[in-house]
Amino acid sequence: MEGPQVTDTTAAPEKPVQTLDTVTIRFAGDSGDGMQLTGTRFTSATADANNDLATLPDFPAEIRAPAGSLPGVSGFQLHFADHDILTPGDAPDVLVAMNPAALKTNIDDLVSGGTLVVNTDAFTRGNLKKAAYETNPLEDNSLESYRVFSVPITTLTVGALESFELSKKEKQRSKNMFALGLMSFMFSRPTQGTEEWLRAKFAKAPEVAEANIAAFRAGWAFGETTEIFSHRYEVPPAKLAPGTYRQITGNTALSYGLIASGQLSGLPFFLGGYPITPASDVLHELSRHKNFNVKTVQAEDEIAGIGASLGAAFAGNLAATVTSGPGIALKGETIGLALSVELPLVIINVQRGGPSTGLPTKTEQSDLLQAMYGRNGDSSIPIVAAATPGDCFFAAIEASRLALKYRTPVFLLTDGYLANGAEPWKVPDVSSLPDLTGEVNFATGPNAGEEFLPFLRDSGTGARPWAKPGTPGLEHRIGGLEKKDGTGNISYDPDNHHHMTMLRKAKVDGIAADIPQLTIDGDPDADVVVAGWGSTYGPIRQAVRKVRKTGRKVARVHFRHLNPFPANTEEVLQGFERVVVPEMNTGQLSMLLRAQFLVDARGYNQVRGLPFTTQELTEEITAHIDEVS
Amino acid sequence: MTELPQYSKKDFTSDQEVRWCPGCGDYAILANVQSTMPDLGARKEDVVFVSGIGCSSRFPYYMDTYGFHSIHGRAPAIATGVATANPDLKVFVITGDGDGLSIGGNHLIHALRRNANLTIIMFNNQIYGLTKGQYSPTSEVGKITKSTPFGSLDHPFNPVSVALGAEATFVARTIDTERDHLREMVEAAAAHEGAAFIEVYQNCNIFNDGAFEVVKDSPEENQIRLTHGEQVRFGADDERALRMNARGELQIVAAADWPDEELLVHDATRDDPTLAFALSRVAAAPTAPTPFGIFRQVSRPVYDAQVQAQVDADVAKRGAGDLQALIAGHETWEVTE
Repeated sequence: MEGPQVTDTTAAPEKPVQTLDTVTIRFAGDSGDGMQLTGTRFTSATADANNDLATLPDFPAEIRAPAGSLPGVSGFQLHFADHDILTPGDAPDVLVAMNPAALKTNIDDLVSGGTLVVNTDAFTRGNLKKAAYETNPLEDNSLESYRVFSVPITTLTVGALESFELSKKEKQRSKNMFALGLMSFMFSRPTQGTEEWLRAKFAKAPEVAEANIAAFRAGWAFGETTEIFSHRYEVPPAKLAPGTYRQITGNTALSYGLIASGQLSGLPFFLGGYPITPASDVLHELSRHKNFNVKTVQAEDEIAGIGASLGAAFAGNLAATVTSGPGIALKGETIGLALSVELPLVIINVQRGGPSTGLPTKTEQSDLLQAMYGRNGDSSIPIVAAATPGDCFFAAIEASRLALKYRTPVFLLTDGYLANGAEPWKVPDVSSLPDLTGEVNFATGPNAGEEFLPFLRDSGTGARPWAKPGTPGLEHRIGGLEKKDGTGNISYDPDNHHHMTMLRKAKVDGIAADIPQLTIDGDPDADVVVAGWGSTYGPIRQAVRKVRKTGRKVARVHFRHLNPFPANTEEVLQGFERVVVPEMNTGQLSMLLRAQFLVDARGYNQVRGLPFTTQELTEEITAHIDEVS
Repeated sequence: MTELPQYSKKDFTSDQEVRWCPGCGDYAILANVQSTMPDLGARKEDVVFVSGIGCSSRFPYYMDTYGFHSIHGRAPAIATGVATANPDLKVFVITGDGDGLSIGGNHLIHALRRNANLTIIMFNNQIYGLTKGQYSPTSEVGKITKSTPFGSLDHPFNPVSVALGAEATFVARTIDTERDHLREMVEAAAAHEGAAFIEVYQNCNIFNDGAFEVVKDSPEENQIRLTHGEQVRFGADDERALRMNARGELQIVAAADWPDEELLVHDATRDDPTLAFALSRVAAAPTAPTPFGIFRQVSRPVYDAQVQAQVDADVAKRGAGDLQALIAGHETWEVTE
């Protein structure tokens, strides 16, 4: 096939620009095609254009499934707009499909009349067969409800790199940059940042950097000159609150939140962990910042990871461990020990599809009950959940605050969507962050006459003293056996065990007075309230907005703290005729609300490994409103 | 540096009542460890004992130091965290053959190969005492216990071989009743920079009484004392010795039958652990002549010190972290009114 010529761009006629308020674009290709990189870079360019944005990377658990196969398809969705947005978009307006398998697995999501860009070079007989196409979809009219742009991306890329001393295979590898250039043209994305990024990324191989830049420019030039693209589009900057912004993913924000917690508390920060998807990036990120007095230990297993962290907490560090659901299952016994010895420890679960290994690269929020109850004995632990990628930063600081102040392990729940998803984040002023030094309060001397009692509690918080090894005169022993109130000596006394169980419970319950009350968003006089937690924050909020635009009344509450719940939870929920709880699980929060507050919480539950769409939530909420009013 | 206080054994003895069975070998180990403490060269407040679960793991309660009685098998991991968080501490791990080699086998080998600054003392009585008498990973094949009425089938671990296989930089073996030798081993292990492992033959007089009777009752015949730089000889008149045969195997020989240069001279500092490993295999069971002493004592970078050094080097290179700069990153944009 003879590809269109890439000609001198200065001679090309200027194309009309159409202004859009919002666009959702999805890049899809083989897992070896560099789609995550392409999507991430397009996101950065979109941030440079000052749009609001949200992303949804969606990739296979296999490192490299057979090339061209259906399970090997990797996708990256980006929603950007001139106004504030809360989700990565329900359905793409534009789909870039790098091969038949990518087309097959993604085409049903493309909006009717949407734009489809395909790499025709990849539509070989072999690839069509691998994607189980009986006929070539580019030739059988099956795509007629879309605007299809057939572009021989691979051929054009190799052609543009003719003068480079690289192998054909290496040249072909730059095809994702051609696609990025083409999309950057179509959506008027700035180009300078991408070129600088490529030079920095391939600093050690300038030839490769220049080849990628050439491919990127060729994609841009192709869009500008070829007849098939009649328009280009522009999405004006979003009207966000004034401030300094950056784009950030949940895992990066979480890492920064932990580093910040160390700085804010004046303590060295320690992380013991073990690689697991989708949590590993937190270990990676933290290990890069040793100059913040950060120590990371990649342990031999999940149990050792939390064990090392608990040891570091005993030694006086702010310690955390980060994992995903299966890792929490292994850490369970040590979490119980941390609770029993009453040491501060932040336990992070970046939730993924379960049970067992489940869906490692897909999101879910089905570990809430594991966090609540996944241990032996009465072992209540505070739970904090992040709402958005950027919120992971603040949620980490809140979890650290509670752990330090109450000397308790604290769960921090995020999920795969938050971990890898990105959004513009207003960079907070460090001076506005809470001072945690007051929560540290190491014991320095006796607390009962001449004696030091390691389990003599603070009358306000119920926390026991934190005496770190190295402090003269405070030598003491702790352990997982039941302790006598005050002295901490081993005790099998039945009444003491009852008493200690109640003290530990009261300490955690007491946190309800130290966390914000539940606030109602929307119509306080509505019949229906939608209750959510974690990453469903965006889709629920967006859906509630849409429902209110239809003239219906609806309210929304979001739980940042799930144990204990905010003090006014019962009062707020009882104020509505119906409580609807959308969750990416089979009904875990709704069960807790029913059990604790005797409200008839109605679940809306899906476990598809993907966030809710605004559309489905809008329909569900509307149906409830219409039913009760 | 200010001078250390003059400590006595009493300073390291806690007010807790010791609750082991009468006649338990643990008493002797406790008393001897307490006695070595004043000579460690460490301040008492800097000493931490971490243990797992089992009879031996009650040990920290009886030491008047910082102590952490943790969960089954996990003490090496927790102790690694303590040492890494604060390399100035003197961290001991107390474990047993069940705790350290069964449920905690993974943590033990990784603590050793990582070379964190820990002194790991493993009490080996070849039985599960606290759970009342099941066979352990060091029990001999065919052991009749409550869980193996037809005899155990698992081949046992040789703890010294395991430690050497895990790249341990200090490995020793001693016996609960050998007061001076036990103290000598504990002192040498505690002075070692990095992970030190000591296996202590310990008698459980309730569930496995007399497991080490042969080596205890006739020490001259059955204890091979390893002394660095000296020929490996034993027997009432040192008449027996070890030599390596043409096939590279260690064998017990009559010293008189061989010229001096043919007899093995013990070198604990050999970097290559193969000879130390061969020594650990001289006795197939503690009923045969068994080597005691320091098998290996070599120097390798210490994990927790290296972790601290990376932090210090990064601070020196980049300066203490600037939080505002970190969270802003490299690519920001301004939104104005």
